[in-house]
Amino acid sequence: MMAQALFKSAGAKAPAVNPVPVPASTSVDLNVSGLHKSFGKGQAVLCGVTFAVHHREAVAMIGSNGAGKSTALRCALRLIEPEAGTVSLFEENISCAGQKQLRAVRAEVGFVFQKHNLVPRLSALTNVVHGNLGRSGGIRGWSHSFTSYELRARAMACLERVGLADQAMKRADQLSGGQSQRVAIARALMQRPRMIVADEPVASLDPVAGREVMDLFHQLTREEGITLLFTSHNVQQALDYADRILAIKQGEIVLNAPSSTLHSGDLNKHYG
Amino acid sequence: MAHKLPGRIERPGALRFTTYVALAAFMIWAFQGAGWSVSALVSGGPAMADFLARAWPPSFERMPQLSGALLETFQMALAGTFIGIVVSLPLAILAARGLIGTSMPSRAIYTGARLLIAFFRTVPDLVWALVFVITVGLGPFAGTLAIAVDTIGFCGRFFAEAMEDAEKGPQEALTAAGARKIDTVFCAVVPAAMPTFITTSLFALEKATRSSVVLGLVGAGGIGIELKVAMDFFDYQLAMTIILMIFILVLLVERIGSISRTRLLEGTSR
Repeated sequence: MMAQALFKSAGAKAPAVNPVPVPASTSVDLNVSGLHKSFGKGQAVLCGVTFAVHHREAVAMIGSNGAGKSTALRCALRLIEPEAGTVSLFEENISCAGQKQLRAVRAEVGFVFQKHNLVPRLSALTNVVHGNLGRSGGIRGWSHSFTSYELRARAMACLERVGLADQAMKRADQLSGGQSQRVAIARALMQRPRMIVADEPVASLDPVAGREVMDLFHQLTREEGITLLFTSHNVQQALDYADRILAIKQGEIVLNAPSSTLHSGDLNKHYG
Repeated sequence: MAHKLPGRIERPGALRFTTYVALAAFMIWAFQGAGWSVSALVSGGPAMADFLARAWPPSFERMPQLSGALLETFQMALAGTFIGIVVSLPLAILAARGLIGTSMPSRAIYTGARLLIAFFRTVPDLVWALVFVITVGLGPFAGTLAIAVDTIGFCGRFFAEAMEDAEKGPQEALTAAGARKIDTVFCAVVPAAMPTFITTSLFALEKATRSSVVLGLVGAGGIGIELKVAMDFFDYQLAMTIILMIFILVLLVERIGSISRTRLLEGTSR
C-alpha cells in the first residue's frame, strides 16, 4: 500500500501536446563536453559533442540515421567508452570513474531502449525487479520469487504506474510492443531515477502506442520531476514533448534551442 | 535491357574445383584406411542371418538379474549426467567469451576453462571409465564418474556457446541500470540460454544412457558386462534379450526427453 501510494495510476493524465515549458533549473544533471568516438578504421561518429541537460528538463535529440544519437547517449553513460571528452552526471565527473562509482551513478539513470531489451523468458514483474539491481544485487534481486516483500510491492507499483499491473506474471516475450516498452519504463522507474535517457523509445511502436509512451514520459517529467533526454526521428514529437531540442549531424551538435522558438521546418532541414 | 537469367548451377572456379577434388580424394583415402570391403559385407550377410537365427527367440530366464543391471545402467546415466550438468554450468560461464570481462586474468581464466572442457570432451568416455576403474575400482561409481566427466565436456561447450550467443540487448539494459557483471549473467544471459541448457541437458542424458551400456564392458558397472559375458559364451538368446532391453531403455529415455523438452520450453514465466 505504501509503495502504491508513491505512484499515481496510469491513464490519469491527458495526452500531452505542446507542453508548458518548465523553467530550466540552474543545476545540471548531465554535462557532456567534447565527446569523440570513432568505430572501425577511424570512422568518426562523434566529433566533439557538447551539451547539457538541466534538472527537470525534457530534452530531445534529433538527427538522421547514423548521425550519432545512440552513440552519444551510450557514451554519456559509458556503455560505450568515448575516446575523448568528459561526462558529468549529477555534478559527478564519471569520465575516469571506477566500476563501483560508475554503477552507483548508472543506478540513478533509467535507460529506455528502442527495442525494450527485456529478458524475454522472464515475467514482466521479474524484469521490473531487475531495475533495482544497481542498488542491491545478488541472488535476491534475480527474480521476484526471491526478492523482499517491499521490492515486490514497489515493482508492482511501477507496473501499476505504467498501467500493466494485470500483466505482471506474463512473460515478456508474450507482451505487445507497446506493453514491452511500458514494462521497460517500469523497470527504469524501479531504479527511482533522477533522470531517464530514452533511445528512440517509440521508433518500433505504432502511432497510438508511441503516443501513450510519450505521454507517460511527459507525466514523469512534469509530475515527478524526472529529467528526460530522448532521441527521436519524429520532429513533431520532439516539438510536442521537449523543452529544448538538440540536433546532431555527422557527429556534431548543430542546433541547441528551446522548442518554443522552433518550428518543424527548422528541424526538418537537419535530416538528409 | 532484360538481365540474363543466372544458370541453375554456378560453374566453380579453379580453386573451388581443386578443393572438391581434394575432398573426394580425402574421402577415398578414409574408406581405404577403414578397410571398407563390399565383398566382406556380402559374405557377412549369411553370418548375420545365422546370428539372428540363433539369437531368436530371446531368453527371459535371467530377467530379474538383467532388470537390476539395466536399472543400475540408468542410475549411472542419471547421476553422472546430473553431476556433469551442475559442474558444467559454472565452468561454462568462465569459458564463455567476454562474459567475465576482458582483463588479463579474465582471459587466462577463460582460456583455462576452455582447455579443461576441450580435454574432458576429446578424451572418450571409455578411456575415462578405464581411468576411474583404476582409481576408484570396478563398479557403477567408476561409470558414473566417467559419464559426469564426459557430460562436462559435452554440456560445457554447448552451454558456453549458448551464453556467447545470448542477445546483448537485455545485458546492456541491466548494465545501464548499474547491475554487476554476475547479476547480468544470471538475470539476462542464463535465462536467454535456458532453452539451449534444457535441450543440451536432455541430449546429454540420452547420450549418457547409451554410453553407460558400453562402459560396463570395461567393468564400470551396468548391463554392459552382462552383454559381454553372454557374447563370450555364445549365449546369443540372452544377448538378444539384453540388446532389446537396452533398445527399450534408450527409446524410453529419448521419448521422455522429447516430451520434456517440449513441455519445459513452453514453460511458465519466473
